Amino acid sequence: MQTKQKKKTARIDYTPMVDMMMLLITFFMLCTTLARPKSMEINMPSNKKDLKEEQQNKVKASDAVTLILDKDNALYYYQGIPEINSLKTTSYGEKGLRAMLAAKNINAIQKVKELRKKYASLATADVNKEAAQRKKFEEELSDIRAGEGTPNVIIKATDGATYKNLIDALDEMQICDIGKYVIVPITEFDEDMIKHFKDNGGKPAVTVESTN
Amino acid sequence: MGRFKITKKDTFIDMTPMSDVMVLLLTFFMLTATFVKKEPVQINTPGSVSSINVPDHNVLNILIDPKGRVFMSLDKKTDMMSTLDAICEKYNLSFTMDEKRAFGSVSSFGVPINQLKSFLDMEAGAREAYLSSESIEGVPCDSTNNEFKDWVEAAREINPDLTISIKSDATTSYKVIKDVMNSLQDIKCNRYNLITNLKKVKAIDE
Repeated sequence: MQTKQKKKTARIDYTPMVDMMMLLITFFMLCTTLARPKSMEINMPSNKKDLKEEQQNKVKASDAVTLILDKDNALYYYQGIPEINSLKTTSYGEKGLRAMLAAKNINAIQKVKELRKKYASLATADVNKEAAQRKKFEEELSDIRAGEGTPNVIIKATDGATYKNLIDALDEMQICDIGKYVIVPITEFDEDMIKHFKDNGGKPAVTVESTN
Repeated sequence: MGRFKITKKDTFIDMTPMSDVMVLLLTFFMLTATFVKKEPVQINTPGSVSSINVPDHNVLNILIDPKGRVFMSLDKKTDMMSTLDAICEKYNLSFTMDEKRAFGSVSSFGVPINQLKSFLDMEAGAREAYLSSESIEGVPCDSTNNEFKDWVEAAREINPDLTISIKSDATTSYKVIKDVMNSLQDIKCNRYNLITNLKKVKAIDE
C-alpha cells in the first residue's frame, strides 16, 4: 500500500516574527544611551590645618589670578594681591574669560600646540607603541601646563553661583592649558570687593547664554 | 468582446530578508546596550571639553538636583547592603533582612537616616514613586546634620577602590555643591569626577 504524500508548500509566514523583532528593537533603542556622559577629574587641596608653611604653595603675586563667580552669571577677577578696587569684570566664554587667560598663558599654549603637532606626526597603528606615546604625551603636557610662568588660578564662588558657572570656569582651565588651579572658599574681603565694585557704579559683564 | 481575465497573483511577500536585517539590528542593539540607570530626578549636566570616560564599575554616584537635594547610589548590590550595615552600627539602628534586601535593590536613595526605615518598608513600586516625588528630602548634607559624610565614609571603607562621581544639574546652586565638596574634603577624599556632557570648542588661535 502506498500512501500518497500531499505536497505542502514549505513557505513560512515571517510577518509575526518581524513584528516581534520590531518591538524588541524599539525597546532596545529606547533603553540605550549611545552618547555616554564624560567626566572631568578634579583634585581638591587638602584642608588639613596643620600643613607646614613650606608645603603650602606660595604663589608669586604676579602669576596669581583670582576668579570670583557670582550670581546671575556674573564673573569678576583680580590679579595678584587683592585691594578693594582691583576687581575687574569679564564674561564667560570665548571673548571674555578665555581671551583673558589665554593672553596670560600664551607661552604654554604655544608649547602645547607644538607638542600636539609633534605627536600627531608620530602617530602609529601599533597599539602598544601608541599607548606608550600617549602616556609620554600626557606627561609632557602636564609638565608644560604646570611649568614656570604659567598663571595660578584661584577659583572662588559665592553661594549665588550655579554649578554650570563652576564647570565653565574649570573648563577654561583645560582649554587655556592651565595646570595650576584651585577651588577655595570665598573670603569676606572678596565679598567686600564685589560690594565696593557695585557701589561705585560697576556693572558685571553680561554673559550671553549659550544654547548648551 | 472578450473579457480580460485578471490573473490572480500571489499576495504573499517574502519576509525573510527583512527578518534577517531585523535580527542583525537587534543583535547590534543588544550588544551595545548600556541601560540607562534609573535616576529619581531629571538632571541636565553642563557641557565641558573634558573627554574622560566615566568608569563603569565601583562607582559611587552622587546626584544633586536643581533644588539641591542629594541622592546617592552604588553600582554593586552587595556594597549597598554592607554600607547599610556600617551605617546601622554607627547610628545604632537595626534592620530586618527584608529591609536590607530592599536597600540593596533601590536604584538610589535620598532620605535622612531617621526616615530610612519607613522608606525601606514601602513596597518596591511605592518606593520608586516616592523617590521621584516632590516630598523627598535628599541625604542631609549641611553643617548641622551631615549624614552624607557618614554615607560616603562608610561606602569608602567597604570598597576602597570606589570612584566618586558627582552629577549635578547645571542650575544647581553653588551653595550645595560647596557643602558636598567640603564634606568630601573633610573625609580626605580629594579626587573625584564631575560628570559633564561633551562640548566641542574650537582651539585658541593666536
